[in-house]
Amino acid sequence: MNLKLRRFAVLPLVLTAAAFFVSTVNVAHAAWTPRKPVEFVIMAGPGGGADKMARLMQTVIEKHNFSPKPFIPVNKPGGSGAEALVHMKSKKKDNHIVMVTLNSFYTTPLRQPNLRVDPLTFKPIARMAEDTFILWVHKDAGITNIEQFVDAAKKAGSKWTMAGTGKGGEDELLTSFLNKTYGLKMKYVPFKGGGRVAKELAGKHANSTVNNPSEALGFYESGDVVPIVAFTKDRLPLFPDTPTMGEVGVPYSYFMQRSVVGTPGMTDDAYEFYKGVFEKVYNSEEWKAYMKKKSLLGDFLSGNGLVDYWKVNNETHRKMLKEIGEI
Amino acid sequence: MEIIQLLLDGFLVALEPTNLFLVIIGCAVGLFIGAMPGLGSVNGVAILLPVTFIVPPTSAIIFLAAIYYGAMYGGAVSSIMLGIPGASTAVATTFDGRPLAVQGKADMALVAAAVASFAGGTISVILFTAFAPPLAHVALAFGSAEEFALMLLAFGTFIGLGGDDIPKTIFSILIGLVLSAVGLDVLSGQPRLIFGDIPGFFHGINFLVLAIGIYGIGEILWTIESSRGEVQVSQAVVTVRRIIDSLKQMGKSIKTVIMGSFVGYFVGLLPAAGATPGSIMAYGFAKTMSKDPDSYGKGNVDGVAAPESANNAASTGSMLPMLTLGIPGSPTTAILLGGMVIWGLEPGPRLFVDQTEFVWGLIASLYVANFFSVVLNVAFIPLFIWVLKLPFTILAPVIFVLCVVGGYAPTQDMHDVWLMLIFGVVGYLMRKLDYPMAPMVLAIVLGPLAESSLRQALLQSEGSLMVFIERPISGPIMGVALLLFLLPVFKAIKAKLTNSKGEVNAASGG
Repeated sequence: MNLKLRRFAVLPLVLTAAAFFVSTVNVAHAAWTPRKPVEFVIMAGPGGGADKMARLMQTVIEKHNFSPKPFIPVNKPGGSGAEALVHMKSKKKDNHIVMVTLNSFYTTPLRQPNLRVDPLTFKPIARMAEDTFILWVHKDAGITNIEQFVDAAKKAGSKWTMAGTGKGGEDELLTSFLNKTYGLKMKYVPFKGGGRVAKELAGKHANSTVNNPSEALGFYESGDVVPIVAFTKDRLPLFPDTPTMGEVGVPYSYFMQRSVVGTPGMTDDAYEFYKGVFEKVYNSEEWKAYMKKKSLLGDFLSGNGLVDYWKVNNETHRKMLKEIGEI
Repeated sequence: MEIIQLLLDGFLVALEPTNLFLVIIGCAVGLFIGAMPGLGSVNGVAILLPVTFIVPPTSAIIFLAAIYYGAMYGGAVSSIMLGIPGASTAVATTFDGRPLAVQGKADMALVAAAVASFAGGTISVILFTAFAPPLAHVALAFGSAEEFALMLLAFGTFIGLGGDDIPKTIFSILIGLVLSAVGLDVLSGQPRLIFGDIPGFFHGINFLVLAIGIYGIGEILWTIESSRGEVQVSQAVVTVRRIIDSLKQMGKSIKTVIMGSFVGYFVGLLPAAGATPGSIMAYGFAKTMSKDPDSYGKGNVDGVAAPESANNAASTGSMLPMLTLGIPGSPTTAILLGGMVIWGLEPGPRLFVDQTEFVWGLIASLYVANFFSVVLNVAFIPLFIWVLKLPFTILAPVIFVLCVVGGYAPTQDMHDVWLMLIFGVVGYLMRKLDYPMAPMVLAIVLGPLAESSLRQALLQSEGSLMVFIERPISGPIMGVALLLFLLPVFKAIKAKLTNSKGEVNAASGG
């Protein structure tokens, strides 16, 4: 039985080796393409900004046949993205797995050195956009500008709840920024995914959020939530009446990357393939429309350009986390 | 009656030849996908999403909804026939469906599953039709405190029933809770119980791995032991007459089915819950309400009817937050949501106003999909029964292979396959020692939801437990849950009064 099994186990190995040999000899110059479905890891829960975006990318890829094999989305939201990062690290050199990432790409490894993940070792495939942040309150709170917000939050003290995605992530950084700047004591409560955070505010279980526009849009359109201030340099075209932080006297902006990365050690020809795919997605009509509709900014970045961008942001986040005592 | 007019317009859309064709194909494909262990509606919808780009958006979502529905029906098939949950939503169907099949009443269980699914689907679609927009606000009113109260209620239904050995039930729930704590903590992001640094534990223990292990593998071991290696063939028979008789008998389960449909629908409405907790909770409620709770887990038709009506009702329910709030109520609707974005439809409170043809076409097609699913399902029953009549020596290896596939498919990690085999042995031992296994499965499904909602609520209230009692929705739910926990104590006191010399070991919960 054992012998027989072993013989069977050897067979695929021989076949793969043979196939590898043939492919390297005969088609050494042919471009790399995936041989099986690509695992498309999403570093966040269903319904959030990253998730909606990843599913759009997947559908665009399918619709225009950018890839001979499908991309299969898999949500790995656990531990502010730690689950996804550890998964990518364990799949080192695997050419059939890519991940949609955000700013927890920097913050989670910084906060949890025991994960032993260095984000800079990931393959820089594409930065698809930079997402923006807005401070939201419920319409019933009767708050329309930052002064009223600060007054109300000051009065409520630590009873003021800010709902956000994950621990030590973008939302908590922005919360501590607001606390520090305005001398507030808002309490931060983490949830799994931006969709859920939006619901917390719309259902009045939280007092405010710093959702991305894409996450709060539905409730904004229905009039349930009100934008107070945008954490951007210029006013967002979609929210022309919402002032930026700079306009209300605190020059400060904060963006979230929407990037696609490969595993550490992904081969260069595979990288070229994925870069091509996501560049095509970036230039597609659907993506352009989505960026406009969801107030996304930013150019396409890949390779060294993206690594440089990461280096700058990694240091900024290290500083921010140190300031709030997370590391 | 504006709604009826809109619905009739919807039927015109749903009954267009292309759409009708897609509904039938979708139901058939869904039935098959649902019946395959490890493949659930999530996979079906994800795989077939790209196919829908060649048809208009309304037809596309009709097709995907039909798959979703078909898979809910199909999930019951392998739960009953093989004792392996065909999909996560059908785990609770295994509890009573498998014992029925072993007793040669597989046809009865299958008919019950089909009829209950149909009823659950229909009731929920009617609720959806009549109260969609106001119910969206019910979903909003559910915060962390309410969510925790609901989870406690679900646990209460499993403890507060007579019959089962209560200390063993509590033990089983606690084991499940410990298993559910494995992996990365949502709130702090720290890994827990990963046994040193085993990467496979980072994503936690997938409850399908546990369920397939204890029910699938455990069942094989149990059968081998109880038959002592003798080849046995199931006595299952099927005739048109038996099916008709089973249909007639379903009359007795009406109350259970209605209850299951309502529970499933409302749990499905809540973002993040979905059909799996819905079906398990419906099973618990059915058992609590039953006059004969002891018969549950040993082959009670109501034990099949409750979760099956609930999971279909929940699949309709979870469409509501997706359409009106843009928040998916289940993993499958998360994928549908992705589809809607590319079709150019913006989910949100305004969808019902801006896209009436789409919304009502979808609702009408849910009625149609429901009808065809039940017809297809009943028609296939003889085929399913034939599978059951295969000799055990053929069936056991097939079940084993399906278990391995089912354990591997959700995470695609060999780690989970080994884990599943270990759970199989554990399940077998637990069964030998007469520990109930359903509470453990319940705990691993509801544990993570209960834990995070408890901690979130306590963070919001700054540690005050009053948050669960003061709030208008969570207060009453909490009260009922506590009553259920105390039920064994009351029963014990009553027993003491009637039999004053007996020693009483009151088990208290809380």
